[in-house]
Amino acid sequence: MAKTAHKNQLAPGISRLSHSKVFSKRATYKAKKESKPKADAAEAKKAFVRKPYVKEDLVDVLTAKKNELVQAAVTPRPKHSRKALRAPKLRKSITPGTVLIMLAGRFRGKRVVFLKQLKSGLLLVTGPFKLNGVPLRRVNQAYVIASSTKVDISGVKIDSKFNDAYFKHEKEAKLKGTEEEFFGKEAQKKEHPAHKLADQKLADKDIVAAVAKVPYLASYLSSTFSLTKGQAPHKLKY
Amino acid sequence: MVQRSFKRLVEVGRVVLITHGADAGKIATIVDIVDHNRAIIDGPTTGVSRQVIAYKNTVLTDIVVKRLPRTIGSKALAKFLEKEQVVEAWQKTAWAKKLDARKRRSNLSDFDRFKLMRLKKQQRNVVDRQVALLRKERA
Repeated sequence: MAKTAHKNQLAPGISRLSHSKVFSKRATYKAKKESKPKADAAEAKKAFVRKPYVKEDLVDVLTAKKNELVQAAVTPRPKHSRKALRAPKLRKSITPGTVLIMLAGRFRGKRVVFLKQLKSGLLLVTGPFKLNGVPLRRVNQAYVIASSTKVDISGVKIDSKFNDAYFKHEKEAKLKGTEEEFFGKEAQKKEHPAHKLADQKLADKDIVAAVAKVPYLASYLSSTFSLTKGQAPHKLKY
Repeated sequence: MVQRSFKRLVEVGRVVLITHGADAGKIATIVDIVDHNRAIIDGPTTGVSRQVIAYKNTVLTDIVVKRLPRTIGSKALAKFLEKEQVVEAWQKTAWAKKLDARKRRSNLSDFDRFKLMRLKKQQRNVVDRQVALLRKERA
């Protein structure tokens, strides 16, 4: 017969000794009982008097206890997110030089030239400004239609300073609640910074030259896109 | 001769335009008639394989291959079609030209549509000016 792992067990779960046998073997009854100091009977009675039940007390007790436990065992830590922030994938149909049709914002309907995708995933586009008034600008690729027309900008170098920080708006001081707001201080029109104007000109120069090489392309870019009768945008080819 | 109200008849040798299905837009020739709903067609020169097709998925054209034997084989039919120049005859029709133009138009890109618009403007500019001149002369 196979030996059991425990010497006090015949088989797993079956004790060798009976309950009473264990009791006599342990002989706990021989140990001296610790005598409690006798409390005053009256005081003991007082201690047992139950306080009237108040809801607030209970809440206090419960919350206090809970906090103690939490502090002792677990310190709250912010949840660790395993999602990495990645720039969205550029649509296959969009490559440098692709003519895009803007669908939203104040330049909707304009045809612009795509330059590159920025780190944030937004697209860097330009009108060029000279042709249709669209400056160097960031747009979300969800709000453009990519056309099959491409401007050859392979020889054009795009300055690396055109990054997300370049296009970030400076926050204006809040006027709300101040006297100036109340008495209607005219919102001053901000001057477009001169260096940005210069940047625009420099960036567009080669692109405009590339556009001029293809007949009708310049006037195509300066015209706006719109649908006419009987045209279904999902059935058109761009 | 009795005047016929139907100018195009379902007959062996009738060239049909397929309007539905995978072969939509292609032409084929009726080789045999199955019943009042279907016919066997074949188009060895237009990339249509021999098949039974419902009349409702076709349109009859004016073109007929004359004296075509019933249930002719594909190879022999191809010889007939080439001899009669059926494809060329079809492409000459205004109907085929219109279909072709429609297809080409739907495949135009945004830039192409813009160029087309500009060229049509130029055409109008010339034509309308001449028309106006002629009108003036007449008046």
